[in-house]
Amino acid sequence: MSADVTPGSDLAEHDDLARLEHAAAFDDPTALDHERAEAAAAADASEKRGRALTVLRRGLAESPELGRGFKITVLFAIISAIGRLTIPILVQQIIQNGLLADEGFRVGFTLTACGLAAAIVVSVSILSRITYVRLVLTSESMLRNLRVRAFGHAHALSVADHNETRRGDLTARVTSDIETIARFAQYGAVAWIVDTVVVAGTLIVMSFYSWQLALVTMLVATPILPLFRFMQRRQLKGYSIVRTRVGQTFSEISESVQGAAPIRAYGLQRRSRKRLDVAMDQQYKAEMSAARWFAFMFPLGDAFGGIALASVVMIGAWWGPGWGLDAGGLIACLFLVQLILGPIAEIGEILDQTQTAIAGWAKVLNLLDQPIDVVEPQNGTELPAGALALDIEHVGFTYRTGGPVLTDVSIAIPAGTAVAIVGETGSGKTTFAKLLTRLADPTTGVISVGGISLRDIPAASRAEHIRMVPQDGFMFDATLRENIAMGRRGATDADVEAAINELGLDDWVAGLPHGLDTEVGERGEGMSVGERQLVALARAQLADPGLLVLDEATSAVDPRTERTLTNALHRLSEGRTTVSIAHRLSTAEQADLILVFDKGVLVERGSHDELVAEGGRYAELYRSWLGNTGQS
Amino acid sequence: MAERVPGIFRRGARILSRYIRANPLAFSLSVLGAAIYAAAAVGTTVIIGRVTNTVIIPTFESGRVERGMVISAGIAILAVGLVRASTIILRRYFAAMVAFRTQRNWRRQLVATYLEVPLKYHRETPTGTLLAHADSDIVAASEVLNPLPFSIGVVTLVVFAIINLAMVDWLLMMIALLLFPGLIIINRLYTRRAELPLGDVQRRVGQVSRVAHESFDGALVVKTLGREQDEVDRLAVAADSLRESRVTLGRIRGTFEPLIEALPNLGIIALLLIGSWLVSVGRLNTGQVVQAAALFGLLAFPMRVFGYFLQELPRSVVASARLDVVIAAEREALATGGVPVLPDTPLAVRFRDVTCRHGEDPPVLEHLDLEIPAGKVVALVGATGAGKSTLCELLPRLVDPEIGVVTLGGIDLRELDPAEVRDAVALVFQETFLFNESARENVTLGEPVSDERLLEAASIAHSIDFIRALPDGWDTEIGERGITLSGGQRQRLALTRALLRRPRVLVLDDATSAVDPVIEAAILRDLRSSLATSTLVVAHRISTIELADEVAFLDGGTIVARGSHAELLSSSPDYVRLVQAYNDLSAGEIS
Ligand SMILES: Nc1ncnc2c1ncn2[C@@H]1O[C@H](COP(=O)(O)OP(=O)(O)OP(=O)(O)O)[C@@H](O)[C@H]1O
Ligand SMILES: Nc1ncnc2c1ncn2[C@@H]1O[C@H](COP(=O)(O)OP(=O)(O)OP(=O)(O)O)[C@@H](O)[C@H]1O
Ligand SMILES: [Mg+2]
Ligand SMILES: [Mg+2]
Repeated sequence: MSADVTPGSDLAEHDDLARLEHAAAFDDPTALDHERAEAAAAADASEKRGRALTVLRRGLAESPELGRGFKITVLFAIISAIGRLTIPILVQQIIQNGLLADEGFRVGFTLTACGLAAAIVVSVSILSRITYVRLVLTSESMLRNLRVRAFGHAHALSVADHNETRRGDLTARVTSDIETIARFAQYGAVAWIVDTVVVAGTLIVMSFYSWQLALVTMLVATPILPLFRFMQRRQLKGYSIVRTRVGQTFSEISESVQGAAPIRAYGLQRRSRKRLDVAMDQQYKAEMSAARWFAFMFPLGDAFGGIALASVVMIGAWWGPGWGLDAGGLIACLFLVQLILGPIAEIGEILDQTQTAIAGWAKVLNLLDQPIDVVEPQNGTELPAGALALDIEHVGFTYRTGGPVLTDVSIAIPAGTAVAIVGETGSGKTTFAKLLTRLADPTTGVISVGGISLRDIPAASRAEHIRMVPQDGFMFDATLRENIAMGRRGATDADVEAAINELGLDDWVAGLPHGLDTEVGERGEGMSVGERQLVALARAQLADPGLLVLDEATSAVDPRTERTLTNALHRLSEGRTTVSIAHRLSTAEQADLILVFDKGVLVERGSHDELVAEGGRYAELYRSWLGNTGQS
Repeated sequence: MAERVPGIFRRGARILSRYIRANPLAFSLSVLGAAIYAAAAVGTTVIIGRVTNTVIIPTFESGRVERGMVISAGIAILAVGLVRASTIILRRYFAAMVAFRTQRNWRRQLVATYLEVPLKYHRETPTGTLLAHADSDIVAASEVLNPLPFSIGVVTLVVFAIINLAMVDWLLMMIALLLFPGLIIINRLYTRRAELPLGDVQRRVGQVSRVAHESFDGALVVKTLGREQDEVDRLAVAADSLRESRVTLGRIRGTFEPLIEALPNLGIIALLLIGSWLVSVGRLNTGQVVQAAALFGLLAFPMRVFGYFLQELPRSVVASARLDVVIAAEREALATGGVPVLPDTPLAVRFRDVTCRHGEDPPVLEHLDLEIPAGKVVALVGATGAGKSTLCELLPRLVDPEIGVVTLGGIDLRELDPAEVRDAVALVFQETFLFNESARENVTLGEPVSDERLLEAASIAHSIDFIRALPDGWDTEIGERGITLSGGQRQRLALTRALLRRPRVLVLDDATSAVDPVIEAAILRDLRSSLATSTLVVAHRISTIELADEVAFLDGGTIVARGSHAELLSSSPDYVRLVQAYNDLSAGEIS
C-alpha cells in the first residue's frame, strides 16, 4: 500500500450496513425473519388499503401523540446528519490542506481543524443520543397506547365468531404487528432522515465542484430505485411464503404439544414426526429462497458504487478539463461519491423494514376499523335488582358463515321463571343463550330483559345482572380464589367463601390439597373437568344475577354434586330467572317452562306435564329417556 | 437472558464449533465471501489511489486524455465494485444457509424431544415455554452465526492493517492497538449494561404476549364475566412495563451507539494530531501520516463487526445451553418392534396396589385395586375430582403409577412393547382433542383403513349421519381452517377414532357427556353387541351404569365397592347417595 490511498471515508459506509444487519437482531432476537415475514405478507393488504401514505395519515390520526415534538426530533436528526456528513469531509480537508498543502505542512490549520472535527464528533454523538431517546420516548408511548387500544377493541368485538385462527390473529395484532412498528421506529425512522440528508448534502457539496458530476451520480443512482422496488416485491413474495410455512410449522408444533396426550395414547409419535419434518423442510426451503433475494438486494449498493465511481472517474477525466474541473476537484468528487454508497445501500435495507412496519401498522389499523357489532348504548337504562322478565320477539340469527341458525323465535317469560331448553345437537340452543346475554345481537327481532331492550342496557349493568355459564370452564392461570373472585368486581375473600358455601361446595374445597389457594394451571388444566364447571358456577353465584343462563353448565359434574347445586340454585332462584340448557331431562322436569328447539325453530313450549300430555317432540324424547333408564 | 455467563468464550467456542462442523462447506464459503470482500474493500481504496496518481493527475496536468488509461481505470473500479457485490451475496447467502440449517436442526431435535418425553413433562411445562423454545430460543441460539463469518473474514484485514501501521511507525500502531481493545471494552461494557434491560424487554414481550393469548383464549369467559376492562387494565400494566424497559434500553443504546460510532473518528483525529507532532519533530513525513490514516480507517470496520459478534455471543451461549437442557430431558421407551405377546382377544386388566399423584400433591389414587375381566364392561363411578380420569390415563400407559402395577392380559404394562399397548388399548378422553385435519384423517390417524371398517365404526359411534351431512362428508376439514363441530359431534368423532382401532381394551372417560342420553344409550348398546372388548367406562348417568356388567365405586383414592348396580345399591350407602341423587331429582316428580 502506498501513501496515495484516499483516506477518510474508506470502509465507513460498510459500517452502516453491518450496523443495520445487526440492529434488527439486537433489540429482540424474536424479531425473526418469520415475524417480519408475517407482516410482510400483509403488504398486499396494505396495498389494497391504499399506499403507505394513507396508512401513515390514518396512523397519525389514530396516534396524535406521535406528532407532539416530532418536528424538533426531526430537526435534531437533520442537524446530526449534517454533522455526520462534515466529519469525513473535514478529515479529508485536514489531510489535503493541512498535511499535504502545497505550501507544506500547516501546523496551525491542522490543529484548528482537528479541534473543530473533534468538537463536531462530540456534538454529533450528543445530538444523536438526544434524537434517539426522544424518538424512543414518543414511539414507545405511542405504541403502548396503540397496543392497549387495539386490545380493547378486539375484546369489544363480538365473541360469537371466535375460533382458533381468530384468536391467533388477534394475539398477533397486539404483539408481533406492533413490534414491527417498534423496530422501524427505532432504526428505520432515523436512518431515513440521516440517509436522505447525507445523500442530498453530499450531492449538494459535489455540485460546488462540478454540477455535471453530481448529475451523473444522480443519473446512475436513478435506476437503482426501481430495481430495489422490483427485488423488494420478490422478496416480499418470498417472505409471504416463508410466513405461511412458518405458520404451518408452528401449528404442527403446537398441535404436538397440545395433543401430547392423544398422541401418546394412540402412538402417533412417528406420524407427527414425519409431518413435522415435512413442515420444517418446507420452511427451510422457503427461507432459503427468500434468502436469495435477501442476499441479492443488499449488494445493489456496492454494485451501484462501482458504476458510480467508474463513471465519475471516466467522465471526469474525459470532459472534466473542458468543464473547468481541476484534479483536486475530481478527487474530491470521487471521495464524495464514496460517502453516499453506504446510505444508499442502507436505504435499500430499510425499505424492507419500512414496508414491513407499514404492513403491520395497516393490520392494526384494520382491526381498529372493524366495526363493533355489539354497540354499547350512550346513556343506557340500568337494570333493576331482582328477577328479570324476558321478552323475545321474532328473533332470528345467522352467523357470519352458514345459513340461519335461529328463525322467528318469540316467547315472553315472566320474571322468576325456571326455564329449560331442550333440543338436538346443533338446534341453536347455545346460540339462543348467547343472544340472551348479548354476546351477539340478533340479526332480526328484539330481546328485552326486565322490560328494557338489551341494546339499551349499559355493559356494566348487564355484567352485574345477566350472567351466562358456558359449558367450558375456562380458568385463568391463577389461584382458585382469584378465579372465583372474578365473578364480581370487588368481591372479597369472604364473598368467595360465602358463594361456595351457598352452593354447598365447602366439602369439595376442603378436600383440595391447598384449598382456595390451589393454583389451577394454564386454562385451568390442573383441575378435573367437573371441578372447572364448579368454579364457573361459583363465579355466577357470586354475581347473584337476576337472569342466569346455564349452558350445559353441569355436564361433567357427578350426580350428587349436581343435585346439591341444583337444589342450591333452586333455593336461591327466588329473585332470579334461570334459563338452563341440559341434556338431562331431570332439569326439564323441574322447570316451570320448557322450550323445545328444532333446527333453529321454537317448536314446543309449556310445562313438563303439558308437553308430555301434548304428545309431541318432547313427549317422544321423554318416553325414550324413560325407556332407556328403565324407570317408569 | 440476563444470566451472567462464566467461561463465555470457551463455551461459545464449543457451541460455534458444533454449529460449524454441522455445515462446514456453507460456512467456509461464507467466510471466504467475507474475506474477499474485505480484500476488495482495501482494493477499492488502493485502485482509487492508483487512478488518482496515474490517470487523474497526469490527465489534468497534461490536459490530454489518454483514452486507454481512462477506460481501463473505469473498468478496474467497476470490477472491484462487482467483486464486492458478489462476495456480499456469497457471504449473506451461505451465512443464511448455516443459520437456517442450524435452526432447523435445533427444531428437529426439540420436536423429537416433545414427542418422546413422558406426558408428565408436558403437564409440568407451560405450552408457552415449549413454544418459546422452538421459536425465540432457537433464533437467539443461532443469531451469533450472522456476524460470525464477517468477524472471521475481517481478521485478515486487521492483521494487514496492523502490520502495515507498524511498518510506518510503531507509535501510530500503538494508537490503533489501544483503540482496538478500547472499542472491545466499550462493546463489552455496552453488552453488560444492556444485558439486564434486554432480558427485561424479552421477558416483558413474552408477558404481553401471554396476557394477550390467555385473554383471547378465554374471550368468552371474559365477556360473560363482563371483565373486558379488567383485561385491558391487565394488558396495560404489561404494556407499560414493556415500554419502561424499552425506554431504559433505549437510553443505554442512545449512549453507547453514538459513542462506538464516534470512537474511530476520534481515533483518526488523535492520529492526525500525533502524526502532526511527529512530523514537526521530524520523525515522520506527511505522506506517512496520510498512509497511517488510511490504514487506520481500515480498522474501524472490523472492530465494529467484531463488536456485534461480542454482543451476540453471550445470548447465543445462554440460549443454546437452555435448549441443550430441554433436549437432554428423559425420553420414554420407544417401540421395540418385538413379537406381540398378547392374544388377539379381549384382555383382562388389573390394577394392583396402585398409587398416583399429580406433582407434589397428596396421592389421588392410593393402594387401589381393580380388575376388569376380559370382555366385560366395568363402569367407574365416583364424585367430581375423585380421580377417575387419573385412573383412566394409567391404562394406555400415559403415566406410570408411583407404586403398584397395572397389568394387561396378566403382563405388567411396563414390560410390554409400548406399540403393543397402544394397539391393544384405546382411550377416549374426557376432553375431546381433534386434529386440524379432515374428518377422515381425524378418525384413521393416517392409517389405511377400508371404507367398510370406517362405516362400521361410525355407525356404532352414531357419527355417520352428521359426518355425511358435512359439506364434504368424510373429507371436510375440521378445526382451525375448517368447520366448528358442536360438542356432541366432536365427542362422537373421537369415539369413532377409538372404535376403528378395534381395541381389546376400550376406556371411555365420560366420553359421551355432551351426547343426549337416548343416543348415548344406543351407542353403548351397539358397542356391546358388535365389539368384543373389555371396557372401562366412566359414567354419571344411571342409564349407562346399568348397562355395565359391574360397577366400581371410586372414593377416597381407592375402589370402595364393587358389584352390579343393584348389589351396590344395597351394599354401599355412599354409592346410593352418589347415584340416587340423580334419581331423586327425576323420580321425585314422576312418582
Ligand atoms: N361460530 C359459528 N359460526 C358458524 N356457525 C356456527 C357457529 N357456531 C355454531 N354454528 C352453527 O350453528 C348451529 C347451532 O349451533 P349451537 O351451538 O347453537 O347448537 P346447540 O343447540 O347448542 O348444539 P349442542 O347441543 O351440540 O350444544 C350449528 O349448526 C352450528 O354448526
Ligand atoms: N394436572 C393436574 N395437576 C394437579 N392436579 C390435578 C391435575 N389433574 C387433576 N388434578 C387433581 O386431581 C384430582 C383428580 O382429578 P381427575 O381429573 O382424575 O378427577 P375426575 O374423577 O376425572 O373428575 P371429573 O369427574 O371432574 O372428571 C382432582 O382433585 C384434580 O384437581
Ligand atoms: Mg350448545
Ligand atoms: Mg375426569
